[in-house]
Amino acid sequence: MTAATEAAGRPVVRPVSRSRVFWRSPLGRSLKRVPFYLLVLVVFVYTLFPFAWALRCAFTPEGDLFSSPLQYIPANPTLDNFKQAFETEFFRKALLNSALVAGAVTLLSLAIGSLAAFALGRFRFRGRSLVMYLMLSMTMFPSIAILGALYTMISGFSLGPIDLPNIYDTLWSLLFTYLIFTLPFTIWVLTSFMEALPGDLEEAAYVDGATPFQVFYKVLLPLLLPGLVTTGLLAFIAAWNEYLFALSFIQDPDKYTVPLAITSFVGESGSSFQQPWGTIMAATIIITVPLVALVLVFQRYILAGLTAGAVKG
Amino acid sequence: MLLVPSLLVVAFVALYPLGKTIFQSFTDEQFLALNPVSWVGLENYKDLWNDTIFRDSIWTTIKFTLITVAFEFALGLAIALIVNSSFKGRGVMRAVMLVPWAIPTVVAAQMWKSMLQSNGVISDAGTRLGILSHPHAWIADPGTALASVCAVDIWKTTPFVALLLLAGLQVIPRDLYEASEVDGANPLQQFWKITMPLLLPAIVVTLIFRTLDALRVFDVFYVFFGNRLGTQSMAIYAQSTIVSDGYVGYGAAISMAIFLIIGLFVVIYLTFQRVTLR
Repeated sequence: MTAATEAAGRPVVRPVSRSRVFWRSPLGRSLKRVPFYLLVLVVFVYTLFPFAWALRCAFTPEGDLFSSPLQYIPANPTLDNFKQAFETEFFRKALLNSALVAGAVTLLSLAIGSLAAFALGRFRFRGRSLVMYLMLSMTMFPSIAILGALYTMISGFSLGPIDLPNIYDTLWSLLFTYLIFTLPFTIWVLTSFMEALPGDLEEAAYVDGATPFQVFYKVLLPLLLPGLVTTGLLAFIAAWNEYLFALSFIQDPDKYTVPLAITSFVGESGSSFQQPWGTIMAATIIITVPLVALVLVFQRYILAGLTAGAVKG
Repeated sequence: MLLVPSLLVVAFVALYPLGKTIFQSFTDEQFLALNPVSWVGLENYKDLWNDTIFRDSIWTTIKFTLITVAFEFALGLAIALIVNSSFKGRGVMRAVMLVPWAIPTVVAAQMWKSMLQSNGVISDAGTRLGILSHPHAWIADPGTALASVCAVDIWKTTPFVALLLLAGLQVIPRDLYEASEVDGANPLQQFWKITMPLLLPAIVVTLIFRTLDALRVFDVFYVFFGNRLGTQSMAIYAQSTIVSDGYVGYGAAISMAIFLIIGLFVVIYLTFQRVTLR
């Protein structure tokens, strides 16, 4: 590395043209970056424009939304759409329902998954790689493939002596089915975090006479906290965003989750063809803002989890 | 011992239902039907073979998959290369790229649906800039319907693809570029001889993830078209057969077909990976 930089940094004995001098001056150097920053700007605008437009729609009165010519900045900005969204009962309930379901699924996956990750990350045993493969293939499992079976299972199901109640059209059905995608993912990512932890502390604890359970609880779990935060966030977002199962298993508007609610707004006329776009966009902004905040605060954790989940696979 | 709860859950919510779906696909089970379920053998699969709606949905899904994965990969790689070079505001850029990934697909679909109305912003901006001669109903017109759903998916997922590739780019040691510069390699040579070969594992994994995701696409299609004929993805057809029509047996056969098609793609990718990486 040092040899390379020295070679590159050493003045070259060669006649230097005027333009070359200009492009190497501070002004020239920043000018040279202009096309690059233009590219960055294009990516930036492409990524954020739909959000900007949703904001514009959310503050535009329903009547002016598609007025011709189109108002790019609302002429009469209003908060009516937000009021309308919050006054819609199923939307308010959906925020609570989604938080409940996603929160419960996340905690459950972390609790069960961290035990499994402890076993997979710390002990060598027969069948370990089989379990790892099973978990990996499960993270890519298409949930549509088992929709039919789940559909009949949640509406009353008996497994030998155990009779399960009918949970169709309840939040329990979501709690139960969301584990399909949150749990294998949690185990897979937590195991990779567990393997990255140094073993010295545990060894010291074992020498001091701690049981494996104490080691897990008192030594590993605190060290694993960043991993738990990462996986928890990803599991929460996945459960919060799920649509297929929610659409198939929930009918009662009181039990809608956020994705169901956002597609269920109907206009004054009650016709599903007249969608009240202003209200929908206000609702969109309401659910996007906390997610954006979450992403900004936990950016590093999320990136770590995404790469552990995907690139290492 | 520690694995028992996890294995129980996985067996109960995934493996058992998978077995049950396979079984159901050989029966004429209907949801909440009064007549008893009977074994029909391969009847469902025979019907499926001649089912033109299903055939259409396969083509729609495969076209969707090829278009979105190609665009997401090309754009994602370009964005990853841009963000990989150091510049002011790089951290902000990375955070911005996470946002489309984090919001629900349904929400992204709704935002685009309003933009793609015939009197929406895309038609308006297009006519103002002179790209379009007249406003266009992107979603209603069967000719542009597929392009519309692709646009949403590409917008939502490209940044995510870029982030995965970026993670791959960042483990390539910098010395390699410096050494090749000393040897007089130009940036293009550096890209083909250093970046691409070393990025290949990350590329393959990303492509597998994206393809499998695209093949089971549901949310965007449902928000845009509902069950509209001609614009159904495979997952839409399976879901509407099971839930709206209540034909659990036939729906299970569709599910199995989807499962096999996805499995086929996995095999293709894994063979490709073995051939290129060894």
